[in-house]
Amino acid sequence: MGTKFAFFPEQASSFASSVDNFYFFMVALSVFFSVAIFLTLVFFSIKFRRKSATEVPAPFHGGMALELTWTVIPFILVMVMFFWSARLYFTIVTPPAEAVEMWVTGKQWMWKIQHLAGNREINELHVPVGKAVRLTMTSEDVLHDFYIPAFRTKMDVLPGRYTQLWFKATKPGKYHLFCAEYCGNQHSGMIGSVYVMEPQDYEAWLAGAAGQGTLVERGEKLFAELACNNCHRPDGTGRGPNLEGVFAKAVQLESGQKVTADENYIRESILNPQAKVVAGYQGIMPTFQGLVTEDQLVQLIEYIKSLKGGPATGTQSAPSADGV
Amino acid sequence: MSTAIESKETRNYLNAGYDLKSWLLTLDHKRIGLLYLFSISFFFLLGGLFAVGIRLELLTPPGDLFQSETYNKLFTMHGIIMVFFFLIPSIPAVIGNFLIPIMIGARDLAFPRLNLLSWYVFMVGGTLAISAALMGGIDTGWTFYTPYSSTYSNSNVMVTAVGVFITGFSSILTGLNFLVSIHRMRAPGMTWFRLPLFIWAHYATSLIMVLGTPVVAVTILLVGVERMFRIGIFDPALGGDPVLFQHLFWFYSHPAVYIMILPALGVMSEIISTFTRREVFGYKFVAFSSVAIAVLGFLVWGHHMFVSSQSVYASLVFSIITYLVGVPSAIKVFNWLATIYKGSVSFGTPMIYAFGFIGLFTVGGLTGLFLAAMGLDVHVHDTYFVVAHFHYIMVGGAIMGYLGAIHFWWPKMFGRMYPEVPAKTAAWLVFVGFNFTFFPQFLLGYLGMPRRYHQYPEEFQIFNVMSSIGASVLALGYALPVFYLVWSLKKGEIAGANPWGGTGLEWKTPSPPPTENFEETPVVTEPAYSYHKEEFELVKS
Amino acid sequence: MSSHSAHATAGHPAALLHQFDTADQQKDASTLGMWLFLITEIMFFGGLFIAYIVYRNAYFDSFVAASHTLNIPLGTFNTTVLICSSLTMAMAVHSAQVGNRSRIVLFLVLTLILGAAFLGVKVIEYADKFEHHHVPGPSFQFTEGGNPKNAELFFSLYFGMTGLHALHMIIGAGILLVLIFNASKGWYTPEYYTPVEMFGLYWHFVDIVWIFLFPLLYLLGGHLPPGSGGH
Repeated sequence: MGTKFAFFPEQASSFASSVDNFYFFMVALSVFFSVAIFLTLVFFSIKFRRKSATEVPAPFHGGMALELTWTVIPFILVMVMFFWSARLYFTIVTPPAEAVEMWVTGKQWMWKIQHLAGNREINELHVPVGKAVRLTMTSEDVLHDFYIPAFRTKMDVLPGRYTQLWFKATKPGKYHLFCAEYCGNQHSGMIGSVYVMEPQDYEAWLAGAAGQGTLVERGEKLFAELACNNCHRPDGTGRGPNLEGVFAKAVQLESGQKVTADENYIRESILNPQAKVVAGYQGIMPTFQGLVTEDQLVQLIEYIKSLKGGPATGTQSAPSADGV
Repeated sequence: MSTAIESKETRNYLNAGYDLKSWLLTLDHKRIGLLYLFSISFFFLLGGLFAVGIRLELLTPPGDLFQSETYNKLFTMHGIIMVFFFLIPSIPAVIGNFLIPIMIGARDLAFPRLNLLSWYVFMVGGTLAISAALMGGIDTGWTFYTPYSSTYSNSNVMVTAVGVFITGFSSILTGLNFLVSIHRMRAPGMTWFRLPLFIWAHYATSLIMVLGTPVVAVTILLVGVERMFRIGIFDPALGGDPVLFQHLFWFYSHPAVYIMILPALGVMSEIISTFTRREVFGYKFVAFSSVAIAVLGFLVWGHHMFVSSQSVYASLVFSIITYLVGVPSAIKVFNWLATIYKGSVSFGTPMIYAFGFIGLFTVGGLTGLFLAAMGLDVHVHDTYFVVAHFHYIMVGGAIMGYLGAIHFWWPKMFGRMYPEVPAKTAAWLVFVGFNFTFFPQFLLGYLGMPRRYHQYPEEFQIFNVMSSIGASVLALGYALPVFYLVWSLKKGEIAGANPWGGTGLEWKTPSPPPTENFEETPVVTEPAYSYHKEEFELVKS
Repeated sequence: MSSHSAHATAGHPAALLHQFDTADQQKDASTLGMWLFLITEIMFFGGLFIAYIVYRNAYFDSFVAASHTLNIPLGTFNTTVLICSSLTMAMAVHSAQVGNRSRIVLFLVLTLILGAAFLGVKVIEYADKFEHHHVPGPSFQFTEGGNPKNAELFFSLYFGMTGLHALHMIIGAGILLVLIFNASKGWYTPEYYTPVEMFGLYWHFVDIVWIFLFPLLYLLGGHLPPGSGGH
């Protein structure tokens, strides 16, 4: 990080340099137009300054050709900007199919991170270099925003639903992590660091938490403790639908609609079971609102994701959470 | 058109009555304009004081001057006071109120009582906002984002929200009054395409006031309902949707930016034409570009939400429409340049403000294109880049326009000239101070400093210090006019009806104008901005 | 008040205000002002309509279940009452146009009675909600299906929208009283009846808002069999 004078933060993600290139293009264009307009203004003002008190210039009512010129040229330029930036945006918000998954929970005023292997950290995020990482994020209270300037990416973190953020770090080091959405009193204290590590260091770091149980293991235990398995049986004889292999598949609802069983759908089905009932089942499941914490929800979802049984469709889990 | 104007006429709107009642119960649009002038000057001072607190705190990285709670209240109240109680009413309620009837050749606005009511409504809202500040302030940010504002904040959200809600009605009534007046009160011969561009700009502004303000009013009402009765509208814990709030809020609050900037654009057309003695180049293009900006302005609100979990396709649409707004904005700047070309340029104080405006508006507009870029906005959203951009538009644009307007029409309002040297000095101080304050914030933003930060990492300090130093120059530039303008009221040179050689109807009536604006209803016989050599020769002899 | 407008504000309401040149101009200005005011009203209700539509999509089953508890016969009755009152209002404007003083008063009174009837029925409906604990707040209960939290949201929006509408009716009734008083004094003539005409616009607007509210709140989702919201 250092404290040296700089005009842009370090480029530490796969798309950081593309973002910067677009930025430099915009800066160049802006400087060109600002300087051109300024010089023209000064030049005209001096050349055409008033020479006598009674001087009245010949009237001139405008010209269609000129108007069209300075309508069409800006139009073309902004369209170039639009298409360039839209392409960039799709890169930034579309996570690749293969990504290391992590869970983020924001609360006033800290970031809690859970790794699949079971490691938990607060206000620190350890990631491997050169591998795509996908964060699924939610908030326990107000809006937050997960922002890593060196990666040129951020995403709002909302209560009540999951949003996603992905990046591929390209340079080992320690980078700022900020909350960018105002969240109250200690908003500017809701900061932390991202540690980008060489793969072997990362593996060693992950191993440090061995023995606590992975998220799937903990989810499985919880699934039994909450008696979910009473109704959601793998053989399909329960009062609730069989959850094996359901993740990322389309689900037919009682109301006739179809939804994809992504993280947000599973979350909603646990907290508000009546909202989208699967076709052929009664809406008898009680709500677990207030009975499971955000952390436990994550464990349950990971467990359900791990249930790979049922007919395989071969489709890779599509990017699913909101905003992606 | 009647050209016999003599400053011998002593009866005018200022000496029509001296007691308090003649001001507080006045139905004269000019006096109501002045009531607004005094009220919003007070709010500007208040908002400015909050800004001083912010800049002092940010001189050093740790939060060592104020508690974080206090700091959050400072920037929130700075935003609320400046946006709702200074910028939105600034040019329309002061200058527009004073000039629209005169410029269209009417004796008053269509609904003078409604006009006075607007001011009282405004003052009630303002009083509530100030009492919220006195009761301990509010810390939600001026955007009132839910669920923080509706559930978590322990500050005076309700009182402030009611204040903003009430003030909204002032804005609605003013807009309605302007629209009806422009449609129905024009003098004989004043056709739509003979209207000064200042009027066109206010027409577009009024459309936004009338169509947008009710939506933010109902949104703020819903926040209040959620807060008071714990009904889930925006708080997900209660079954609501926080993103819906953002949609409703920005549906008004983005167009609200155009409420601030469009009137300033209108002012610029008047000043540039008068100080070059030329018809504004491409009159119809400039006129319709105002309307285009107003209409498109209603379709871009989603560009505040590229990273808020809005659908990608919605973002695409909002991004492309935002880029389209850039086109009419560019048209205006190029038309002004063309107006200056082969004009007869003189450098009165208003013209200095106009030059400053063109510079700052260009930078503000171009950096708006950075933010409309979805891929780039992901990085700079909610950073100081955004703060710098909207200050370039709202302070660099709207306040330069407002000060330019005050300097341009001051002789008309009070019949006296102000001294040119301190006035030009102030204009330069504002321009230089402004750039020093806000340009470093673009760099800060790209470096990644989030907005609304009470403390920040050390590497951001240098730009923050630059910004704070610039702000002190800026404050000086804002303070200076108070002295020479007040001085001019008594000691200034008598201005006469038309000190700048302008062509609008306002220059064809004495300064200050009589209560009913004109001795007899003017008849308009030629387009706006028709300059005649004979008239200047007449004045000279 | 400025001395210049003194001649305009004193005495007969038909007087031309000083800022206008002709009576026609004055009337045109009032009409345009009224239409603009109604547009701001549409935007005002529009925010609530959008909120309703968004949540109806999000919590479809709960909203349908909650909607089923509304009293459709009473709602239909009220719709009829309002349409009739729009008719009597139009008749009042027409009577003013032709200068029939007693009929202006008659139709304005009829409009007022119908408006009062609407509000009376509304009171019955609201009382029923209190009885069934369907009023959002600490004592809210909902057992008719769906998620009670979401049903509560439905009722919040129901009370918000119908309450705002009723507020407009109450304000309208107040203005009606003034109009009836003035009309009985014979202030409205074929040359000057702008207040009656402007109020007519307002009343029709309030009527139209209800025409949208009724199907949205009472009828939509009625195709589902009763109780099917209880999945």
